[in-house]
Amino acid sequence: MRKTVVKLSSLSKKFFMAFAGLFLISFLVVHLGINLFILPITADHELIFADAVHFMTTNPLIKVMEVVLFGGLLLHAILGIILQLQNWNARPVGYKVSQKSQVYSPFTRFMIHTGVIIFLFLIIHFMNFYFVKLGWTDPPQGVYPIAGQHDFYNMALNLFANPTYCILYIVLILGLGFHLHHAFQSAFQSLGLNHPTYTPVIKVVGTIYSVLVTLGFISIPLYFLFA
Amino acid sequence: MKLTLKIWRQENAKAKGRFETYKLDNISSDCSFLEMLDILNEQLVNDQIKLPVDTISFDHDCREGICGMCSLYINGRPHGPEQGTTVCQLHMRHFKDGDTITIEPWRAGPFPVVKDLMVDRLAFDKIIQAGGFTSVSTGGVPDANAIPIRKEDADLAMDAAACIGCGACVAACKNASAMLFVAAKVSQFALLPQGQIEARERVHAMVAKMDELGFGNCSNTYACEAECPKNISVENIARMNREYFSQAITKANRNQSGGGAG
Repeated sequence: MRKTVVKLSSLSKKFFMAFAGLFLISFLVVHLGINLFILPITADHELIFADAVHFMTTNPLIKVMEVVLFGGLLLHAILGIILQLQNWNARPVGYKVSQKSQVYSPFTRFMIHTGVIIFLFLIIHFMNFYFVKLGWTDPPQGVYPIAGQHDFYNMALNLFANPTYCILYIVLILGLGFHLHHAFQSAFQSLGLNHPTYTPVIKVVGTIYSVLVTLGFISIPLYFLFA
Repeated sequence: MKLTLKIWRQENAKAKGRFETYKLDNISSDCSFLEMLDILNEQLVNDQIKLPVDTISFDHDCREGICGMCSLYINGRPHGPEQGTTVCQLHMRHFKDGDTITIEPWRAGPFPVVKDLMVDRLAFDKIIQAGGFTSVSTGGVPDANAIPIRKEDADLAMDAAACIGCGACVAACKNASAMLFVAAKVSQFALLPQGQIEARERVHAMVAKMDELGFGNCSNTYACEAECPKNISVENIARMNREYFSQAITKANRNQSGGGAG
């Protein structure tokens, strides 16, 4: 596996990196859409959340997509690390004085760092939810499965009841936001999609997307912190 | 003008380099940056303490911004503080009296230091040799209008061909990536009908050579575009990517040595 990945040209690695990244970007929208129903945005938000969770955990098509998702995530992470190591190796001796050029996103220099933050977040996230779903770990005390279904709503409530968790969640999601800000337009460029008319639009959409997704995810712990 | 210069000195590729500080006085603000270095070298010769005099080596040739030889990393920016100019076009009026100026060579694994501020950019020539050409048998001068070319494409090809191969893109890139250079050289052919015949082999061979030489990958940071003395656009990098993928998918791979199919 590793050998074939290394053999890919720089352009091909970036292509797969971008392709997997765009898939993850679209997945985040679905995830956020469901998460927002933790908040009392409608009268029956709890029911809608439970229905959505039921669909996401039982639908056969989603099961297939889950494999694609983890594959995409793994590919994105492995390629990202390989690319970063090559990039560090390309300049063995650094500059004494270095000025930052005028570039579109100030977060471009920290993609590997924000990537590591996202990885840390995923570890916590998996321990709290995904491993419970797989039955590897027990659900937290007081949260029991209802009709054979794990009660993810109360699991989430349980976690957000802890202010430390809320603050950690917000900090880690900010890392994700910074990652996304560069990621969106960068993915299009890597796929070769650059156009005098459409690229400025893509950049604006990327900024709006990263801000909305970050605010969306952060709104949930903020609600539990202050409401 | 009074200036303090911190200049990277390195005897040869293997030697361990260091920064040396030099003081200069009475520099005219109309002086070009390279003339200022000439004056410093002359001062070193006049003040010689021991022979042979070790003057500061730096690349230069045409001194009018078209040859791509000058290559100084001045105060943290390739070709200095001005946009869209080479070092030879940079004048001392862009600095203040009493300034301290740090001058470093390009820093990249594939650009080893030859001496002081001079780096070996043979890597770029190797990339060109891998495919940056069209195989046309010489003969009579072809008629300029024999092959119709869309005006916009001709303009874009000319913009790409403006690349002087100085390596500022590599020097500016946080990954020491040569993508902007390779993209410009691929684009100038990809946009024209004459470039289509060897299109597949060209882009794959040039990218393979670039990877082999140890240049970094593109992070789409666009520092290269911001620092390029010829204002080469990163649109060329996207064009190279398109060219690479579309050639991999659409053209039959008859020449396996032309590089991986992606």
